[in-house]
Amino acid sequence: MSSFEFDGSPVPFAEGQTVGAALWAHGIRSWRTTRFAGSPRGLFCGIGVCFDCLVEIEGRPDRRACLEPAAENLDVRTQIGAGRADHQV
Amino acid sequence: MPTTRCDVAVVGAGPAGAAAAVTAARSGARVVLVDAEARPGGQYWRHGPGGGQPAEHVHQWRELNRRLEQALASGRLVHLSRSRVWRVDAAPAGPVRAQIVRSVRGGEEAATVEAGALVLAPGAHDRVLPFPGWDLPGVVTAGAAQALLKEHGVLAGSRAVVAGTGPFLLPVATALAEAGTRVVEVDEAGDGRGWARGWRAAAGSPRKIADGARYGALLARHRVPVHLRNAVVAAHGDDRLESVTVARLDDRWRPLPGTTREVTCDVAAVSYGFVARLELALHLGCATTPGPDGAPAVEVDAVGRTSVPGVLAAGEVTGIGGADLALVQGALAGTAAAAVAAGREPAPPHPAVAARRERMASFAAAMHRAHPVADGWTGWLTDDTVACRCEEVRVADVREAVTELGATDPRTVKLLTRAGMGWCQGRICGPAIAAITADATGRALDPYADLLGSAARPVAIPVPLGIVAVADATPSPPPVPDSGGSS
Amino acid sequence: MESSPDVAVVGAGVVGAAVALAAARRGLSVVVLDRGPVAGGTTGAGEGNLLVSDKEPGPELDLALLSLRLWAEVSDHVVSATGGGFEFEPKGGLVVSADTAALPALHDLAARQRATGVDAIEVRATDLRTHEPHLAPDLAGGVLYPQDSQVQPMLAAARMLQAARRLGARIRTREAVTGFLRSGDRVVGVRTASGDVAAGAVVNAAGTWSGEVAALAGIELPILPRRGVILVTQPLPPMIRHKVYAAEYVADVASDDAGLESSAVVEGTRAGTVLVGASRERVGFRREMPLPVVRRLAAQAVRLFPVLADVSLLRSYAGFRPYCPDHLPVVGADPRAPGLLHACGHEGAGVGLATGTGHLLAQVLAGVEPDLDLRPFRPERFAEVTV
Repeated sequence: MSSFEFDGSPVPFAEGQTVGAALWAHGIRSWRTTRFAGSPRGLFCGIGVCFDCLVEIEGRPDRRACLEPAAENLDVRTQIGAGRADHQV
Repeated sequence: MPTTRCDVAVVGAGPAGAAAAVTAARSGARVVLVDAEARPGGQYWRHGPGGGQPAEHVHQWRELNRRLEQALASGRLVHLSRSRVWRVDAAPAGPVRAQIVRSVRGGEEAATVEAGALVLAPGAHDRVLPFPGWDLPGVVTAGAAQALLKEHGVLAGSRAVVAGTGPFLLPVATALAEAGTRVVEVDEAGDGRGWARGWRAAAGSPRKIADGARYGALLARHRVPVHLRNAVVAAHGDDRLESVTVARLDDRWRPLPGTTREVTCDVAAVSYGFVARLELALHLGCATTPGPDGAPAVEVDAVGRTSVPGVLAAGEVTGIGGADLALVQGALAGTAAAAVAAGREPAPPHPAVAARRERMASFAAAMHRAHPVADGWTGWLTDDTVACRCEEVRVADVREAVTELGATDPRTVKLLTRAGMGWCQGRICGPAIAAITADATGRALDPYADLLGSAARPVAIPVPLGIVAVADATPSPPPVPDSGGSS
Repeated sequence: MESSPDVAVVGAGVVGAAVALAAARRGLSVVVLDRGPVAGGTTGAGEGNLLVSDKEPGPELDLALLSLRLWAEVSDHVVSATGGGFEFEPKGGLVVSADTAALPALHDLAARQRATGVDAIEVRATDLRTHEPHLAPDLAGGVLYPQDSQVQPMLAAARMLQAARRLGARIRTREAVTGFLRSGDRVVGVRTASGDVAAGAVVNAAGTWSGEVAALAGIELPILPRRGVILVTQPLPPMIRHKVYAAEYVADVASDDAGLESSAVVEGTRAGTVLVGASRERVGFRREMPLPVVRRLAAQAVRLFPVLADVSLLRSYAGFRPYCPDHLPVVGADPRAPGLLHACGHEGAGVGLATGTGHLLAQVLAGVEPDLDLRPFRPERFAEVTV
């Protein structure tokens, strides 16, 4: 089975699955913390409307896990707050 | 930036949009079908894991998909997959121009579609009413549970509570149960008399009755109890859902004291009906009218024309009505759009088709009357309940905007609290903020005016500034037809 | 029957709120009337700029400097009176130029502003990115204005009204003023759909619609709308420290051209979004946001901050900046209609000039000599010009 990396650990996925579906199937329920309270968030609407499932993929923050196709060796990371910590001044 | 010129542009490839695209192409129009997903079908027909056929009403889908493939093969239809319209402009007596952001590997690219006529079929998404803890991972919309299962073969959880109101709860609960999730219970906030009325109205819709009977039998087989006048009023857990509190409701949906139960579960799938995606229609200036659920809907004539010349609409955006109605509306709008693009007056619908559409519309209206959202639900909110998930605005903040800062309408609440100003632009919290505002103001919610005020979104979906900054280019020939797949 | 108030303020935007609060703090009884909700008109589509940097030395800059001092004081008062603030932030402004040829004019303006008490520090091209790390690397230079500040304008209006209410003011929203009560020449109150409101004086603070309100009293006030479009991005971590704008903005503010002008004005907010302004068009009360305007604002923002190319636009809004032919506001008593005072015509600077305007009008209402000479702002000046 193919897999991608989530915070450094492999997550298997089936052909056609999104990153969010694969994470969920692997028992992972959250991959983002909110900007103010730091609360965990994962899938909510599942169809690209709510933007709760934002995640960093290949260094790009704000990707919707429910829409992004999973791909071999993709680097997926938990998004902390608004992400882009390297851009903070 | 590539510009594609065509006769008819269709936004959305669900039942309404797909039907519009094939009928417009069959009428001789060059058609571009723009859709966010990799494959057509919308939220209704979801493809199985690995690209398999949708399971729901598969014969309908096979027929429509065959016609889509024919149109694609003929070259009259181009499918722009993984593409979203972030803005559309209609010049008086000019073409309609849709600005598109397309997902490609590693980023996005800009595209423009210029059309003689536009069919808006953007569909709808779940309406969820907030409750304490609804932001815990594991609380999902019923649509999310359905998408996980149907599209990806993934169970949303091992123990599920399905809650909310409306006919959508049953297929979600049965699908989960059939796939192996232990569905602990279905909590329908309505009173069941609504169900009886709704199914009676389905007398002219034998397939609806067959569906209802099938869901009932399946739930019975899996021993899934359906509790009427019950609702999930709180969710609990540290960093994921561990249990929910269910309460009985009175006839106005106020939770009854002393009736709460704790139910252990790892997923709660919630839906209180649907919210139509109105932003493109509102930006174009299309006239609206209260839909069957009282919420704003795009006003259309017998063939789907809106008040804006060259712009047609079909499906949920014209009033939440379900897939069968959307298919009929889409076919009518596709034929009419081809005529409009050719500068002809569209022919009126065949009387039999018009009658079928009327029958389905009255069924939809009956189902909505059977499942009204009563306004007492705000009684299960606490001050600390998150009202706006994106901006983490609490119910207390919304109430303070009313009681202390003088807001009396949802727009002012938004300006003062940031509720609805985040990533989703109020798509999720909009109906709830309107209801909490009305409640705090001491007046009844006006489902039309209160929701319309927060439904306008001049930027229809988030789009990178670098894409916005790209100027329109001169039109180029249509691209090679793209049948989808992850690009 | 309640006794008639000393002052009826028409307009519950930021200017009306500042007038109401300043008058209430002087012990006057106040009623505020608005045909819409709190901060629902001109204020609701503003950015919340408190700027000294974009003003030539003269009466408007004097009013801006007074207002800036008062904003800090009003913010403290509102926080202690209501427990809530309005995101007052003395973040500073940075005016930049991409064109070396434009620098002398920029530096000359800064020198003249310094002479009137503005803090203005020249910044060399090589130092720009120590102030704003994400600025484009090829800019020619700029001027830093530490006094430039920001508030959340809707909250500012709502919180000032809340504080005024604590002092007894009454706020009546969704009550349109349809006419004035007269006693001879004198204005002695207003008429609304729900009845007459007698008042010792009436203040016209109706923003872009102040000309229409004045007309109800038979007074001509040439206040016209200029449309401004603002883009709002997704939430970000703090990436832009100052209000950063291109030097061309100053020229646009003072322009008489009816066509589209735009120059990038880019700033972060406490909520994490970045605001991108500022277009100015004279197109009457038309609210649409033409695609070319949106594209141009986006392009100008990305020109200043290339990092924004990958940042999502979430929403945009259009509003009307109420301007007068001479680009000065109208502040003071109107001799053509005794009892009527104006606080309007602030163009795009209404938020920034609100506290000073409120303070000066409250002084007039209380019979105190105002701290600034109001003659440049006198309402009847346009009639004099045309004669």
